[in-house]
Amino acid sequence: MNLALVVQLIIGGFLMGGVYSLIALGLSLIFGVLRVINFAHGEMMIWGMYIAYTILLLTGIDPFFSLVISAGALFILGYMVQRIVVNRIIEFPEAMQVIAMIGTALIFENGARLIWGPDYRSPASRFALSSIWIGKIMIDFPRLLAFLIAILIAALVFLFLKYTDTGKAIRSSADNRLGALLVGTDVDRVYAICFGIGTACVGAAGALLVPLMPLSPHIGPPFTMVSFIIVILGGMGSLIGAVVGGLIVGVAESVATIFLPSSLKQIVSFSLMVAILLLKPKGLFGR
Amino acid sequence: MAKIYTLLGLILLILLLLPLFLNQYLLGIFVFIFYYAYLGQCWNILTGYTGNISLGHSLYVGIGAYISTMLAMHVGFSPWIGMVIGGLGATLIGVIMGYLAFRFGLKNVYFVLITIAFAEIGRLVALHLKPLGQFMGLFIDFKPGWANFQFKGNLPYYYIGLGFVIFSLIVVRVLELSKWGRYFVALREDEDAAESVGVNALKYKMIALGISSFMTALAGTFYANYIFYLHPTSIMSMALSIEIVLRPIIGGMGTALGPVIGSFLITPLAELSRSYFAKAGYEGLHLVIYGFLLVAVVLFFPRGVISYIKRGIAPLLGSSKAV
Repeated sequence: MNLALVVQLIIGGFLMGGVYSLIALGLSLIFGVLRVINFAHGEMMIWGMYIAYTILLLTGIDPFFSLVISAGALFILGYMVQRIVVNRIIEFPEAMQVIAMIGTALIFENGARLIWGPDYRSPASRFALSSIWIGKIMIDFPRLLAFLIAILIAALVFLFLKYTDTGKAIRSSADNRLGALLVGTDVDRVYAICFGIGTACVGAAGALLVPLMPLSPHIGPPFTMVSFIIVILGGMGSLIGAVVGGLIVGVAESVATIFLPSSLKQIVSFSLMVAILLLKPKGLFGR
Repeated sequence: MAKIYTLLGLILLILLLLPLFLNQYLLGIFVFIFYYAYLGQCWNILTGYTGNISLGHSLYVGIGAYISTMLAMHVGFSPWIGMVIGGLGATLIGVIMGYLAFRFGLKNVYFVLITIAFAEIGRLVALHLKPLGQFMGLFIDFKPGWANFQFKGNLPYYYIGLGFVIFSLIVVRVLELSKWGRYFVALREDEDAAESVGVNALKYKMIALGISSFMTALAGTFYANYIFYLHPTSIMSMALSIEIVLRPIIGGMGTALGPVIGSFLITPLAELSRSYFAKAGYEGLHLVIYGFLLVAVVLFFPRGVISYIKRGIAPLLGSSKAV
């Protein structure tokens, strides 16, 4: 086996893992605060992808810049989904919540299919094929850029939660909903903003993925699953766990392609999830 | 209570005579109504009665279909025997998964995720097995005859499908009246309370899962010998799992008649709209409608259509405790 290839796969997986981290961060934030699992997470991500893709087609603006618009649009979508659906099911038994969120996921996935069609598309973006060589190891430039931006956005989310008033309100509502209500927090609004931030993360991540992989409405559900796996690995509701878990799953999936056909690489992450659920259901950083 | 059985008997009589007036196309729609009603009922045994949501029931359909088909193709077993072996195979997988999940106390979303994970692993493995035709899928030879479970025309499938539905209704009704069924419901309503009065949660959840996975696999054999083509992305997919859960949820979970009512409402709509929308170039629109239906059911009538039907026919039956 070629050592350079292995190193390259690890680096490639690690960089991809950064984007996974951002996706999972959104899911974990939503779960940590609202205690609702966003089963439509990957399906909302493809909307971020298609928005960036459409902007690229119409204006030629690269997804690395238009991710701001994707994130903004997904913030609004997330805010609306929270207000219309999630807010009404927040007190329901978990089983009913799952059903409503699956319904939401179906609407997003197939809505995208109706608008943009079922075919796979790979838009030609400016950096798509450029790469950097370090010795024998090749690094995809778009992947590196996506990784850096994803980590930057994740850091911004952390800072936002730590230092702004809204961020503090979000954290306090997560810690103690009743307490936050008693001191006059508009918890419904805080929840909606939080859901919006979670989906904005995944919208930005979607834009970052446009140059990295062909897009189709049906890549949404696998991403929902991957983000669940990461969040379970890192610990439900733990933001650090989501970031670390994302990197681990990214590397694991990439290294798995050495000994499995790449269409089977998901088996590795699913098995990882089953193992974590059975052995340490709270995850690596779970409380 | 007697009146409701009279009413059901009347409906059964109509269904037995109905094929006299149906052409092949309408018969085909009824075959799918029965198929999904049966699958929904199998899912209902686990989810409706014990409250553990499975989103991986397509796994058992696939196992049943592949085992009976492979046995028929390579060993020469009649699908009627292969069906039972397939059911046992599905029960084995289901029980392994259930033991892992329930032993470690996984509930709610965690259980949902583990069912999805098992189904997806199953689908990916099936997709890479050479004897199953890999990405090409598996074509089944057409050899009509009772022993081969294959027939010309839809009529025999209509009656077999109806037989499946009646079989599942009897199973569920017997369960409802038995101690097991009451334990299931007790576990659904409050697991801690049920355990504190001596209900063995692990055991009865495993029993529900075992019955459910065995019966689900039987439908796989039916599907294989009705469609004559198997592909993991159609028979072991998340999409099929969603089709399975949709009908009992809309009809009413945890009731014997809910899945059947749900299937009679949704399947014809789904079949018609699928073909109509596809022709008009709106592929996927029926799935958007499914999505809205699921959200609407949870938000506006979480007890399903059956609660309205019950209220509607209660005066006719002179009892509010019907069904």
